[in-house]
Amino acid sequence: MSNYLGNYSLYIALIASVYLIFKSYLDANSENKYLDKNFILITSIQTVMITVSFFSLVAAFVISDFSNETVFNNSHTLKPLFYKVSGTWGNHEGSLLLWLLVLSIFLFIFLLNSRSQDTKYKLLTILFQQIIISGFLVFILLTSNPFKMLYPIPSEGLGLNPILQDPALAIHPPILYLGYVGTSIIFSASLASMISGNIGDKWARHIKKWVLVSWVFLTIGILLGSIWAYYELGWGGFWFWDPVENVSLMPWFCLTALLHTVIVLQKRNSFKEWTIILSITTFSLSMSGTFLVRSGILNSIHTFANDPSRGLYILSFLFILILMSILIFFFNQNKISNIAKENFILSKETAILVNNWFMMFFLSVVLVGTIYPIFLEVLNGSKISVGPPFYNNLLIPFLIPFLIFMSFGPSLKWIKDKLKKLNYNILIIFLVSLLISYVILTKTENSFLLSIPLIVLSIYLLLVTIKDFFVSKSSISQKISHFGFSLLITSILLNGLFSNEFNSNMKVGDERIFNEKVVKLKEVNVTDVDNYKSLKASFEVTNKNSSFALYPEVRIYQQPLTITSEADIKTTLFSDNFLVFNILKDDGYYNVRYQYKPLMIWIWISTIFIGFGGLLSIIRKNEQKY
Amino acid sequence: MSKNIKFLGLLLTLIIIFIILLKGLNVSKDYSNEKLKNKIDFSLNAKKLFSDEIINISDLFDKNSPSVVNIWASWCAPCREEHQFLMKLKDMNINIIGINYKDSQKNAKNFLSSLGNPYSEVITDNDGTKSIEFGAIGVPETFIISGKTNEIIKKYIGPLTNENLLEIKKFIKENV
Repeated sequence: MSNYLGNYSLYIALIASVYLIFKSYLDANSENKYLDKNFILITSIQTVMITVSFFSLVAAFVISDFSNETVFNNSHTLKPLFYKVSGTWGNHEGSLLLWLLVLSIFLFIFLLNSRSQDTKYKLLTILFQQIIISGFLVFILLTSNPFKMLYPIPSEGLGLNPILQDPALAIHPPILYLGYVGTSIIFSASLASMISGNIGDKWARHIKKWVLVSWVFLTIGILLGSIWAYYELGWGGFWFWDPVENVSLMPWFCLTALLHTVIVLQKRNSFKEWTIILSITTFSLSMSGTFLVRSGILNSIHTFANDPSRGLYILSFLFILILMSILIFFFNQNKISNIAKENFILSKETAILVNNWFMMFFLSVVLVGTIYPIFLEVLNGSKISVGPPFYNNLLIPFLIPFLIFMSFGPSLKWIKDKLKKLNYNILIIFLVSLLISYVILTKTENSFLLSIPLIVLSIYLLLVTIKDFFVSKSSISQKISHFGFSLLITSILLNGLFSNEFNSNMKVGDERIFNEKVVKLKEVNVTDVDNYKSLKASFEVTNKNSSFALYPEVRIYQQPLTITSEADIKTTLFSDNFLVFNILKDDGYYNVRYQYKPLMIWIWISTIFIGFGGLLSIIRKNEQKY
Repeated sequence: MSKNIKFLGLLLTLIIIFIILLKGLNVSKDYSNEKLKNKIDFSLNAKKLFSDEIINISDLFDKNSPSVVNIWASWCAPCREEHQFLMKLKDMNINIIGINYKDSQKNAKNFLSSLGNPYSEVITDNDGTKSIEFGAIGVPETFIISGKTNEIIKKYIGPLTNENLLEIKKFIKENV
């Protein structure tokens, strides 16, 4: 029942999409002054249909309707309700349906929010957005239909990967998708404004909201993914430069650049072409992310689950969109009116341009690291793996100039600023940060020459961003985000510098001494829980005069047979104590990994600050002043 | 003029990237054909689908010519798709051994009686462990296994195609 409902509503949505494409194309060429009422009506019908389709899939998951192939492959009657629901988007078909849902809802919100905009511009935005929507609809219906029927109906499902049964991961994809899909509106709107020739401060103010919305969701989405990797994968890190992580980071760099450029467009009415290029690139990167993850081109071991036609379809669709946008860009470039303005080296515009250069550099490093292995394999068949050393070596040295620019860029004035006489505040802050860094660096042995300027500058930037709360005239949301960013960099650096770990095989009763701490394995309890068998270990960590207990767990799931390690982490404001264990062969020994990670929680908190700044900027009305 | 050059340059770059990624799609598909295991453990015991009798799997293989092993299930839609090709293989007098993966006996028997039985023998794999012994990662999968050396000669992940069919036929005729 829900299979038919979900399937047919998708077809209706496709018909609506085709109608809207033709109608908006025709109307955009006629000189109609007002937007036809039908547009809102048909768009809402389409949104409702896709919503119905999505919720019929959710319903099929909730009632464990195994006549549906997607449910059968990804669910199980024993699974808790929460994970049955989140299982809806935990797989290829369902996640595409979620993409589609967000696409149509965003277009609907866009229409409601842009009443004051020019009609032709709105029509063209609908046109481009509907091209994207119809592309995804056809993709879903042709290659990844979530409503395929199975007969005979199996009595039990194949279960969801237990690694994916985690609250952070359950909400991570939807949040990330909100960010990805938000960029589609930016893409459609910038192409539309290119053709209708309304790029300028007014358009910038209108599109800035969407840039912020996408950026906030993308930031939080990446954060959740990182938290999941830290707590669930049990590797003890928060970022692994895994290709799948990288594809979410690339649009983030681009979007961050766009976020700054759009402010220049709004204030100074310049950087018009650059804004459009960034908008197009951001969306292309979001789409490429989908292509790289979904086609199996990256995770070759998963290709068996993928239909080869899927990769081909997304690749072709992606390139048609890019080609379309390049054509539109080149043939409408003359419509952009650029009044020649004098640019001064010492101005906010230049500072933002420098920010953009850095973002583009970071982006290209990550892009090369992610794509190059694929290229190389095609070109000469050799397989290389690009790991953290590549990214660290290329990115970290460039943080030094980046931090310097970030410490004074935001406080520069628009148009032209003067070099002031030596500012005593700045000098004092710099000396204080030198002092703090000296104290910090004497406590560690593994300090490299490179880490000295990094630590000094990150602490300097942290102090400057704190000072800015009291003296700078810029907006509060910018202050919060910049403070969050400097806190993030400082936490990451100190975390990297002071983290240490030991790895050892232990049996019950064993003790290991590590950095003046005693780690003892007291016991291991075996119990049967819902859908898995649990081995819970009890460790005691004694540190001089205090001691605390840690209870890591190993879970053995039956459907499908998977063994996962749940780390136990004791988190304080200063440090995380991370302990994870694994089963070895049946000789009573367990492999134990203990890690001491300082300031871990500040990495999450600072990212929340970054996102919160953006959120504040969306909801505050008088933000436009700055 | 310079605008046109920029445009053409961009277009050309785009086309090259497109071609490389397109090729990349095929390259990574070849990956999954890498064998996870080279040899089959012939001491394995399994239950027959039709007679419930437990046999040693080495008895199923023809010592003098390679055999085809196919892992399938009645609930698996691609298995239904490839079924016609298996019937063709059977008509060519090729020995096909079926492994029925995580299935109910009733459904499996219904599947074979309604569509035809291409297998010389079907063994059941209720918990999926037998398929793991073959290095399989899903259904359907098809193997060519040498009866003499119990080596996996070739492995196909996913439903068989007409091309695969010809390849299997050619290979077996050459190695009898």
